[in-house]
Amino acid sequence: MMTQAYLLPIIWAGLIAFAVLAYVVLDGFDLGVGILFAIEGDREERNVMINAIAPMWDGNETWLVLGGGGLFAVFPLAYAVIMPAMYPTIIAMLLALIFRGVAFEFRFRTQSARGRVLWDVAFCGGSALAAFAQGLTLGGLLQGIKVTGRAYAGGWWDWLDGFTVLCGVAVLCGYALLGATWLVWRTEGALQRRNARAAEALGFIVLCFIGAVSLWTPLLNPIFYHRWFDWPGVALTAPVPVLVALLAWGFWVGLRRGHHITPFLCVIGWFVLCFAGLGISIWPMMVPPSITIWQAASPPSSQMFLLVGASVLIPIILAYTGYSYWVFRGKVGAHTSYH
Amino acid sequence: MFPLDAFHLARAQFAFTLIFHIVFPAFSIGLASYLAVLEGMWLRTGQQVYLDLFRYWVKIFSIGFAMGVVSGLVMSYQFGTNWGAFSDRAGPVIGPLMGYEVLTAFFLEAGFLGVMLFGMQKVGPRLHFAATCLVAVGTLISAFWILSVNSWMQTPRGYTIAPDGRFLPADWLAIIFNPSFFVRLPHMVLASYLSVAFVVGAVGAFHILRERPLVRAGKPPNPAVRTMFSMAMWMATIVAPAQILMGDIHGLNTLKYQPAKIAAMEGDWDSSGPAPEILFGIPDMKNEVTRYKIEIPYAGSLILTHTLDGRVPGLKNFPRADRPDSTIVFFSFRGMIAIGFLMAGIGLWSLFLRWRRALYENPWLQRAVVAMGPAGFAAVILGWITTEVGRQPYTVYGLMRTADSMSPIGTVGVATSLLAFIVVYAIVFTAGITYLLRLMGRPPVRGEPDHPAGQPIRTAGITPGPAGAVPEGASHDLHRPVLAE
Ligand code: HDD
Ligand code: HEM
Ligand code: HEM
Repeated sequence: MMTQAYLLPIIWAGLIAFAVLAYVVLDGFDLGVGILFAIEGDREERNVMINAIAPMWDGNETWLVLGGGGLFAVFPLAYAVIMPAMYPTIIAMLLALIFRGVAFEFRFRTQSARGRVLWDVAFCGGSALAAFAQGLTLGGLLQGIKVTGRAYAGGWWDWLDGFTVLCGVAVLCGYALLGATWLVWRTEGALQRRNARAAEALGFIVLCFIGAVSLWTPLLNPIFYHRWFDWPGVALTAPVPVLVALLAWGFWVGLRRGHHITPFLCVIGWFVLCFAGLGISIWPMMVPPSITIWQAASPPSSQMFLLVGASVLIPIILAYTGYSYWVFRGKVGAHTSYH
Repeated sequence: MFPLDAFHLARAQFAFTLIFHIVFPAFSIGLASYLAVLEGMWLRTGQQVYLDLFRYWVKIFSIGFAMGVVSGLVMSYQFGTNWGAFSDRAGPVIGPLMGYEVLTAFFLEAGFLGVMLFGMQKVGPRLHFAATCLVAVGTLISAFWILSVNSWMQTPRGYTIAPDGRFLPADWLAIIFNPSFFVRLPHMVLASYLSVAFVVGAVGAFHILRERPLVRAGKPPNPAVRTMFSMAMWMATIVAPAQILMGDIHGLNTLKYQPAKIAAMEGDWDSSGPAPEILFGIPDMKNEVTRYKIEIPYAGSLILTHTLDGRVPGLKNFPRADRPDSTIVFFSFRGMIAIGFLMAGIGLWSLFLRWRRALYENPWLQRAVVAMGPAGFAAVILGWITTEVGRQPYTVYGLMRTADSMSPIGTVGVATSLLAFIVVYAIVFTAGITYLLRLMGRPPVRGEPDHPAGQPIRTAGITPGPAGAVPEGASHDLHRPVLAE
């Protein structure tokens, strides 16, 4: 029966998935730029890298607040179960984001060269740890969370094993790749060339990780296995490898021919496909293996109340976010570039 | 001391992170509005002084804002990590309000912050002013929603309770505009404005004091410094009394809806009327007395009921298990009030000196204002401690106990995370406050640069910098002493 109580959670699952995907792609590239500090020693070039993301990072991070806040609002049970289950990775992510967020400001404010190096380390380390912790969280969720009644029933370290670590490293490399291709798009000269080379290597590594995670996921849980390989799931999963390969072709050709934006778009394509793969696996679970989106949902009155606002506000948000990206369009230079 | 179990550690962690967080929102709310005023004045009058002040304070704003964002991110995830049972049961009611906060406030702030900080050259002054105003409005909308959430937890309305214990929304307007919201929102916004007024005033006063010997020797005074001091003193003169009035209304509201909290704030054990006001004393929760009392007869009734013999509740009216800790709120409440009256006193003093045309000449006023620089934040923290500790032992007042709000998490984990927060906050916020003070320790100059040295947020190509922009290298050097110019 197509009641509100049936439909609203589906709509909201889609919206939350959209928020999380927007977060992953947007904050992914700016976290990635932070990670790439590790291989960029030059001070001027680091300034350019920061400038390529400084006006946007706060907006990008807001999608994370929407993901978390949205979960709290419309799937409170999922929020109440996932957060304690993943306590260590969530806290690690938050602490890492603190360091990284303030380093944007602080690295320009220190007076000593040593202070600057320290904040650069905080920026890079914070970005890397945040990315790794997000990967761990994703892996832990996919693996399944033990629940009794309406609460988490496992221990502190239940989430930790080979699969979660694999997901952690995969997300770390994926963000670095997004960052590198963003810089290929937004910078020029030596910095751009170095990042094009880094992107090539990272592209290869990330493809391997996508393969490894995809092979491992169906083995985690027979439900995932059947989703992927039984009809009708297979109609959705079969084209995915083909599309990934097509995008890979676009990515390498783009890099080789010196296209500025194509590699970035292709990497976003990979992220979207991986995300769709995830969706196919866990649907209609909110917290695998036991809580469905309908069980996790808040009552229809809560979901409806927020949906009314969201359907008006999200398009507006997208419009002015687009405007602010447009204001800061074009290649980013060092401070000597004009005046 | 409290026992070191997971429950008390989780409370300590929430209190610790929130106390750090609230300082920065208070700063951002007040400063964003001040910046909008400065830029508006500049556009209207064309006076350089306002642009200089805007550029001076916007650098400080960007640091405070960054610290607000990262500490706020922690708050929104902590509801789930530490207070899972609360999130599950209260989520259907307060979750959507926090969702609206993200959609209407956080995105607005974040979306226009980039333009506000880095975009003057790119979008021109009018659009830039619009961006500044939108950021300021965003901070106020944020206060609206989060205070609605907090007020609902204090005075819940418009809900029903499901068989499984969850709060279900029944009437959204009653939820949002619950009975204590109308007093809490203005009190908090005024608190932010006052806090920032005293920071701005303290910075102005500091530089007036510093340039005194030079001015005496014939150097013309720095107009930007005097302007900010004068603006801040107007705020103190007008807003501090308004805040006292608002606080009084707040107290009446609390008496009506949370009498146990009022009894704890007043240190009263037995309900009485006419009731005296205890100026000082030490409430003893175990023995149910307040020791070493200094009282003013009738004043308690007068303040709380606006009559000479109105009845005022006492803590003994409530079972032991339902009493908030009077020892804490008695002092936090008095600390806040003391600061409020000191601020109003400064406002009157400045008004008097202004009338005597000696506002900038009296070093004692300036020294007092410098000393009061952080007072607003102290009052904000004390006020929140009063509100939150006074709500105990409930998270949703009268309906859900704090003890039932926890996530199923163990002591070791919470202890570790609390320790990690303490270490990280100590490092990060010490550094941040050092940088803030360093920026404030330098006076604004004529032609105040847009960006500090080494912070080159220009995008090459498209729009060239407008005429009159500060040439590269000129006065970009933040660290050169500028006093001698
Ligand atoms: C009265 C005001 C007020 C109060 C009581 C709180 N906040 Fe706050 N918060 C703000 C006013 C504010 C703000 C002014 O809007 C901030 C400060 C700086 C900023 O970036 O926005 C902010 C930032 C901020 C952010 C970062 C937003 C972003 O990414 O831009 C989050 C997630 C929260 N807060 C969440 C919370 C939670 C969960 C709170 C309570 C438990 C809370 N805040 C109390
Ligand atoms: C921002 C200013 C705030 C400050 C400084 C503050 C401070 C505190 C303090 C000191 C406690 C601990 C009370 C105790 O242990 O006895 C506490 C608890 C709590 N507060 Fe607040 N609070 C603030 C705002 C809020 C808001 C806006 C919310 C809700 C949205 C909130 C929700 C809670 C919850 C859920 C607890 C539970 C833990 C407990 O009761 O000990 N607080 N807060
Ligand atoms: C003498 C003047 C003042 C009076 C009578 C007063 C009164 C109150 C009362 C009754 C509460 C509510 C506690 C509760 O029931 O929950 C409160 C809370 C608070 N006060 Fe004040 N206050 C005064 C001055 C100030 C000043 C100067 C500031 C800050 C600059 C301030 C900041 C706050 C804050 C942040 C809260 C917590 C939020 C809230 O509940 O509104 N107050 N105050």
